Amino acid sequence: MKFWRVPLDSEEVQVTYGRVYILDDRCKGCGYCIEFCPQSVLQFSSKFNKKGYHLPAVDKPGECLSCHYCEIICPEFAIYSVESNPEKSKT
Amino acid sequence: MGGSPDISKKQLDHPLDDLIRTDRLPHIWCAGCGIGTVFSSCLTAIKASELELNNISMVSGIGCSGRAAGYVKLDSFHTTHGRAIPFATGLKLGNPDLNVIVFSGDGDLFAIGGNHMIHAARRNMDITVICVNNLNYGMTGGQVAATTPHMAKSTTTPSGNPEDPFNLPLLAYASGATYVARWTMLHTRELTSSIQEAILKKGFSFIEVLSPCPVNYGRRNKEKALDTLKLYQEKTIIRNGAIPAGLDIDFSKEVVLGKFVDVERDTYIERYEKICRQES
Repeated sequence: MKFWRVPLDSEEVQVTYGRVYILDDRCKGCGYCIEFCPQSVLQFSSKFNKKGYHLPAVDKPGECLSCHYCEIICPEFAIYSVESNPEKSKT
Repeated sequence: MGGSPDISKKQLDHPLDDLIRTDRLPHIWCAGCGIGTVFSSCLTAIKASELELNNISMVSGIGCSGRAAGYVKLDSFHTTHGRAIPFATGLKLGNPDLNVIVFSGDGDLFAIGGNHMIHAARRNMDITVICVNNLNYGMTGGQVAATTPHMAKSTTTPSGNPEDPFNLPLLAYASGATYVARWTMLHTRELTSSIQEAILKKGFSFIEVLSPCPVNYGRRNKEKALDTLKLYQEKTIIRNGAIPAGLDIDFSKEVVLGKFVDVERDTYIERYEKICRQES
């Protein structure tokens, strides 16, 4: 994680890490999760789903901080993040 | 063997799957439409309010956002055009223990249902009204609505809308609503806590939510879905307690968001019990 100034309590604060799950068949490829992810974890993939929409894909696994913003901005209930250990999220 | 199960391999369910009819997904809303986001923050707020789910019902009218009642796994009703608030009023009077949420669009609530809206606010019916404002009649093909901004293009105003739009928070405030707020679908966290506050509040609560309509409004006004969200990011300013008279939507200047009114007033049911049902 990059900071413009290291916070004074950075030693004590526990940073959560997450893993992003995408439900392929619900996605309509609007790109909101990709555009508004504060860590730029997601990217458009070249893959299509059943209805022919381009899906988002996890571009930088391990950088997700499980802020759930993709989950709450997704109009399609198609993406969510789950807190996980950083070792396990590297897939 | 042993140890915790590895969650990274298993696909879990979406956290809101227990409140939506998943067999009806994907829903009918277009790619980039904001109604889904508003709907999901409404469900999150219902969950966070920790109310008994059997005591919550959702009523919606006609239009794109009216479809929400069909996707929620709670007691819900999809009423005729403009009559979501009268139905909700009857529901609340019949069973005052219910928490009634009206989820509908600007055309349904303020054009054909405008009269019902102002009178429910005047009586202070104890319901929560969430109005998804996409600035046009989206479902019927993008005609000019009571909320279309001045000079915006639509199917029926190809050279620009000559009229001025309604200022919805001012209308709700002037009619007597006890809780008035405005957010956009991009301000999802603020919107969720505002909806939660409104559900738990006694009296008529009104929340206007600006939401993009990329297919019908955006296409004719040269705005892609992401452009509209950028506008929401750049041109909005949060000013809680602002005077409702100055809340016109004009994206060439600035659009004020926030919670504008939060007052206490006797509800219709309380007054009725006190005056018409008193023991003689």
